[in-house]
Amino acid sequence: MKSGKFWAWVTFVLGAAYFFIPLIATLEFSMRMKRGEYSFEAYRVVLGDARFQESFTFSVVAAIFTIILGVLLVVPTAYWIRLRLPQLRPVVEFVTLLPLVIPAIVIVFGYIRMYGSNSPLPFLASGFGTNALLVIGYATLALPYMYRAVDTGLRTIDVRTLTEAAQILGAGWTTIIGRVILPNVLIAVLSGAFLTFAIVIGEFTVASLLNRPAFGPYLQNMGANRAYEPAALAIIAFAITWGCMSLIQVLSRFAPKSASRPN
Amino acid sequence: MTDISLSGSSAAGKTIPPAARAMRLPTQWLGVAPFIIFALMFLILPTLYLIIGAFQNADGAFTLQNIADLAQPTIVAAYWISIKVSVASSLLGAFIGLAIAIAIVRGGLPNWTRSAALTFSGVASQFAGVPLAFAFLATLGRLGLLTVLLRSIGFDLYQHGFNVLSFWGLTLTYLYFQIPLMVVIIVPAIDGLKKEWGEAAATLGATQWQYWRMVVIPVLWPSFLGTFILLFANAFGAIATAYALTGSSLNIVPIVLYAQIRGDVLHNANLGYAIAFGMIFITGLANVFYIWFRTRSERWLK
Repeated sequence: MKSGKFWAWVTFVLGAAYFFIPLIATLEFSMRMKRGEYSFEAYRVVLGDARFQESFTFSVVAAIFTIILGVLLVVPTAYWIRLRLPQLRPVVEFVTLLPLVIPAIVIVFGYIRMYGSNSPLPFLASGFGTNALLVIGYATLALPYMYRAVDTGLRTIDVRTLTEAAQILGAGWTTIIGRVILPNVLIAVLSGAFLTFAIVIGEFTVASLLNRPAFGPYLQNMGANRAYEPAALAIIAFAITWGCMSLIQVLSRFAPKSASRPN
Repeated sequence: MTDISLSGSSAAGKTIPPAARAMRLPTQWLGVAPFIIFALMFLILPTLYLIIGAFQNADGAFTLQNIADLAQPTIVAAYWISIKVSVASSLLGAFIGLAIAIAIVRGGLPNWTRSAALTFSGVASQFAGVPLAFAFLATLGRLGLLTVLLRSIGFDLYQHGFNVLSFWGLTLTYLYFQIPLMVVIIVPAIDGLKKEWGEAAATLGATQWQYWRMVVIPVLWPSFLGTFILLFANAFGAIATAYALTGSSLNIVPIVLYAQIRGDVLHNANLGYAIAFGMIFITGLANVFYIWFRTRSERWLK
């Protein structure tokens, strides 16, 4: 097994090289803005840019609304499927996986044609409607991840007993979902929320085709017109993704372990 | 009530009494109604709208002309380069990802390598889109760190035909999220290989090679193939990275579709629908295989 271990190291080191060299190169490039010395000038320029602040804020707000919409949509559905309609599970799971099959650009193309200004439901006729459609589109893109996270969380709790106990105490459905189920799957919901955030924050296709002043189109625009700022933005975006994923990892330590799973 | 209808169905086929169905539908189905309505309005109907549009002419009559029009050279070339990049990046991503996964799970490496690789894979698999393009431009672009370093030791990448704005450049960039995605999905499958199987094989006198050929590969094969297909669909639908990396110098299908949505560059709205339909058709076909392989692999991993 000596040679096996050797090759395992070779694989690991080569993989690490492939993944770290672009990060190092980007970091190095982002610090070269001032001739002849390393500096954080590019970061200073980017962070001070009003369009950066506006587009980033816009995307953060869009992400928050996406998460709220996703939770409102997924938690009651996943709960109800577990409690009352297990026969519908394959259908709902199939639907939640569809956004992985249908490319985002196709979904948004459909929106543009279906909800244009002259349609019965003219989402695109107003700025507010378009923003709403953006959030809806993001919630659709995040659906596979959100549903999986919540469903995994529900697997670890005894939905039926909790529901019956709450019902005996006189709770209605809203109370059961909001004050019994949701707190019990909060960690799973938060994992889904951070993943949603990571997906939404730099998303380009939907925002660009709906003409929203989001972070993704801003990034693209910077890439087309500047040299050093895009590298700084790439590092910032990587840090955001890293932050979201680390939070998920940290949260998963607090998650209750399912009895059905080994270890 | 469920019990009654169940015992009833075993006696008299699968028909539920109409009265019971009428009583059940509203209360039970109300709980999933918001989800169903949302999925219909914002996922299924918009997609169907495009699919139907792909088979209609400008007056709304049925036609196959749009599908036939896909055969024009620029569109065929776009599909071809898209399929090539997707196949290359998913094939390489699948094999390299599998190698890394086996190395960290079975290679006898210290424990930190596994958790480090898994954490990093989780991040990198989501690090796509525009920033990824920036990172690769800073690495392998004409002024990128690696390009400059290699030139300083006497090897000019760009003299040797490499260009980050090309098929291989895009493939290499896509691998940055394809490999980690493979690692994230395949590690649980490798964990699912039971120790007892190895011991049983050894007891029966199998060599290491036989154990791999007759146990490991057949068990991993479906999830490997399934993940490969998922990677393919993942690459095929991606646009942001390619758009930010190459502008419109590399015309993959999503970029053609993007241009069509923005400005009807094909001067035929229904042809745009046909391009979208072609994309759904290809990723849909890939995913039919994926679902099929996944159900096969899950039998082993329980």
